[in-house]
Amino acid sequence: MTLGIVLALAAGTYALRVAGPLLRDRLRLPERWRWSLSVASLVLLGAFVATSALYESGSFAGVARVSGVAVGGVLAWRRAPFVVVVLVAAGVTAGMRAVLSTPVM
Amino acid sequence: MLLFTIATMRLMRRTLGTLRRDSPLIIPVASMALALAVVGASLGAIAVTKGVPLWLVTLMAALVFAGGSELLAVGMATSGAAPFAVVLGGLLLNARHLPYGLALGGMLADSGPVGRLFGSHLLVDEAVAFALAESDPHRRRRAYWAAGLTLYGVWAPSVFLGGLLGDGIGDPRALGLDAALPAGLLALVLPALRDRPTLRAVALGSTVAVVLTPVLEEGLPVLCGLFGMVAALPVATGHSDERSEAGV
Repeated sequence: MTLGIVLALAAGTYALRVAGPLLRDRLRLPERWRWSLSVASLVLLGAFVATSALYESGSFAGVARVSGVAVGGVLAWRRAPFVVVVLVAAGVTAGMRAVLSTPVM
Repeated sequence: MLLFTIATMRLMRRTLGTLRRDSPLIIPVASMALALAVVGASLGAIAVTKGVPLWLVTLMAALVFAGGSELLAVGMATSGAAPFAVVLGGLLLNARHLPYGLALGGMLADSGPVGRLFGSHLLVDEAVAFALAESDPHRRRRAYWAAGLTLYGVWAPSVFLGGLLGDGIGDPRALGLDAALPAGLLALVLPALRDRPTLRAVALGSTVAVVLTPVLEEGLPVLCGLFGMVAALPVATGHSDERSEAGV
């Protein structure tokens, strides 16, 4: 791990982030395009949630995590407050790990 | 007595409603920040345990500010991967920030040149989710900045603290925090899924990403999820029609 890696990763990540706002500044998009871009972001967020709920660096993340996120999702769907969703998701996962005593890491 | 109870309940509901309208962000943002802080601390601890200098992992947290790619970089670099591969892997994982920036760029453009340049750095999944959960432009901008600044303020210091504490920090998995962050993001995304084309696109995109994860490099499956957009596009032309049919 070197300073060069950190700086290159930082510069590249910032370029990816700032490109959108700089481009958007230059062009006025019709409403339908703006809608599509919002949907695209939601699709990416959804895909990110789904993969990070199910996998840990490419392999199955375990029943405990999946159950926690699923219970949290049901609570969110039933319009539970955000804090409740987050706490219950963590609690279910932690509880299941303790009960199943799956080796942590 | 009954009337009094009803009147009190109405008053309480109204007060609660006002409270919720005025400070709807504080508690959700704070709980997200707390979960992220523990994840940051564990990243710091892992990095230091693997021999990465504390100053370097803290600097990375401040300059990169994208947890997944930082963890990937620490893991790859300390197991002897070529620097080029480490950077490429991290950037692949962060490529989704480009479409995020395109979606929220209009909002950031309203914040002036400095706001746009600094605001772009705060573009993380959580801040994007908080922003997209609001439809009113003013509230969207407020949600983005509140979440982005809070999470950024928390991230590097917790990585630093975690690195200081080292092994003493314990494992965030024991607290179930690896489930808390996806659940929080899910809670922010769900309301937008009441729109049918959006729901179809997200469902298809998530399925594609989940199916491809075991076979592709980290980062690519989520990008491939964009394929889900085809489920929204055919209806995008008749978007308003479907809305009126559904009676929304």
